[in-house]
Amino acid sequence: MSKTLFDKVWDSHVVRKIEGGPDVFFIDRHFIHEVTSPVAFLGLKNRGLKVLYPERTFATADHNTPTINQHLPVQDPLSANQLKALEDNSNEHGISHWGLGHRKNGIVHVVGPENGITFPGATIVCGDSHTSTHGAFGAIAFGIGTSEVEMVLSTQCIMQPKPKKMRINVNGQLGKGVTPKDVALYIISQLTTSGATGYFVEYAGDVFENMTMEGRMTVCNLSIEMGARGGMIAPDETTFTYLKDKPLSLKGEAWDTAVAHWKTLRTDDDATFDKELTFSASDIEPMITYGTNPGMGIGISKHIPNAEAVEGGVATYKKSLDYMGYHENDSMIGKKVDYVFLGSCTNGRIEDFRAFASIVKGKKKAEHITAWLVPGSHEVEDQIKEEGILDVLTEAGFALRQPGCSACLAMNDDKVPAGKYAVSTSNRNFEGRQGPGSRTLLASPLVAAAAAVTGVVTDPRTLL
Amino acid sequence: MAYDKFNVLTSTAVPLPLENVDTDQIIPARFLKATKREGFGDNLFRDWRYNDDNTPKESFVLNNPIYSGKILVGGKNFGSGSSREHAAWAIYDYGFRCVVSSFFADIFRNNCLNIGVLPVQVSPEFSEQIFNAIYDDPNTEIVVDLQNQTITIAATGAQESFDINSYKKENMLNGFDDIDYLQNMKGEIETFANGLLL
Repeated sequence: MSKTLFDKVWDSHVVRKIEGGPDVFFIDRHFIHEVTSPVAFLGLKNRGLKVLYPERTFATADHNTPTINQHLPVQDPLSANQLKALEDNSNEHGISHWGLGHRKNGIVHVVGPENGITFPGATIVCGDSHTSTHGAFGAIAFGIGTSEVEMVLSTQCIMQPKPKKMRINVNGQLGKGVTPKDVALYIISQLTTSGATGYFVEYAGDVFENMTMEGRMTVCNLSIEMGARGGMIAPDETTFTYLKDKPLSLKGEAWDTAVAHWKTLRTDDDATFDKELTFSASDIEPMITYGTNPGMGIGISKHIPNAEAVEGGVATYKKSLDYMGYHENDSMIGKKVDYVFLGSCTNGRIEDFRAFASIVKGKKKAEHITAWLVPGSHEVEDQIKEEGILDVLTEAGFALRQPGCSACLAMNDDKVPAGKYAVSTSNRNFEGRQGPGSRTLLASPLVAAAAAVTGVVTDPRTLL
Repeated sequence: MAYDKFNVLTSTAVPLPLENVDTDQIIPARFLKATKREGFGDNLFRDWRYNDDNTPKESFVLNNPIYSGKILVGGKNFGSGSSREHAAWAIYDYGFRCVVSSFFADIFRNNCLNIGVLPVQVSPEFSEQIFNAIYDDPNTEIVVDLQNQTITIAATGAQESFDINSYKKENMLNGFDDIDYLQNMKGEIETFANGLLL
């Protein structure tokens, strides 16, 4: 029987099928971080259980870490306690731990792939919804709750009903200044934040085939923002080239054997999906959000839609615009910006910094803008320096912070003050996401850079 | 963590007719710093519930003494966003045992089922009827019967059935959780793992 890429990976990881219930689903790689794991370890302790396969779990601290002065003790006692708990729990159970200060430390969805922990055909989970990022490698990767973290630690399995399948095709040539982030925000704006709930997505078409791994990770990362559990892209030469010789990638003959298998991980020609959508690359322009969920996005040259033109309740829509301080029919171009955040598991990779630098090169940061530039890992940080990007940024009046999730969810001190506007390359513009009362405009690194140098929402195509 | 058994819940309900209520609203990230599962109910809907000076916002439904109960009725796409189970913990810790919506986000629904909060998905029409019934009479009772998979507005007798897979249903009726199940098949899991390449 013909199968989709998703079927092939899913079906090969089912340990047991339960009649009228979920599948017992085996997990190859498990990432943990300081926020969603402590209660799971507590659960193990209360039940007197051990970690079944410690070598399949990888710990890194990222959500709750400072992005300056990482060599100093963490000031917030609660954060410090959480980081200590991750370290202690990892040590007790023999789990690899890349804590704060470790050379490998960084955002879990950045360090996993760049170290070769992620691989095609793998099943990967983490107590974090943006685990979908790893789908870029042809893995089934998704976020789980803490109860499930405990399940994976103790049995390497979770109980999951198999999701329905959706394929999203984007074909054609992306225009100037249109990035993978714009492709994702465009798709989400078309589907809404619940349009793919219950589905697992495969992205197909030449736009994704021609994308770099960094771009594919950005797209898969945002799958959850349209409600999908995850999204994946068939592995190809781009994938293999990226993974080859990564520290934890297979080597020698084992690598060749694996690649031969990974090449079979493609959707069969006659396989079918529960839902299939096709978009044209030429319809996508640089995107920006104007509301309080990632589905509320428009092309940067467009005006904020009328409530009547939008799916869903008018009251919810108006509450959202009120929160943002915006009105129906407003143009986004020229809107005031106070903060710019470049970083996160969505856009904290080297390509994102290259893109940002390409706009700010030879210009100056607008005086009133506070800019937080946060690499996803030390490796990204090193690359920024090696490629001379840091010099470009410094010359334009920007400084680089240290790796971590930072202002994406503002658990640390990187909080946007109430009422202020942030153009952010992260993934969520929910009320208060970047600090209580903060207002977030999600966009690509190019749009963020354009805002950083002009001080207002600006079409990056005018600066390229 | 095994939890209370769920059978029939008869309770008044708290209406929150907003759509896309995300888990950052249910429990903002800055309250996720605990290493134990305690006290999350205090910060449920923190920024909708309290002003900056920690005084209650009178307009928010949890601060309105007219409405109370063990059932929270939300709008469409309830629980979208982050996978934080803390959102479900906060709802449980506050005292809710059931959330009703015309549409749930996936991970949130799973998290609820894993800790003993029953997510009941109803049609948009029935959701509307529940909201109207509560607004007509805040003392109106809603009956959620897990065994028979029905939800009923006691005052009008209006009823709808809801879906839940039979495995999860058994778990909730008996207060079992998935770890209990998985622990009993460890041998099978180990055999499976031994057959994997990576």
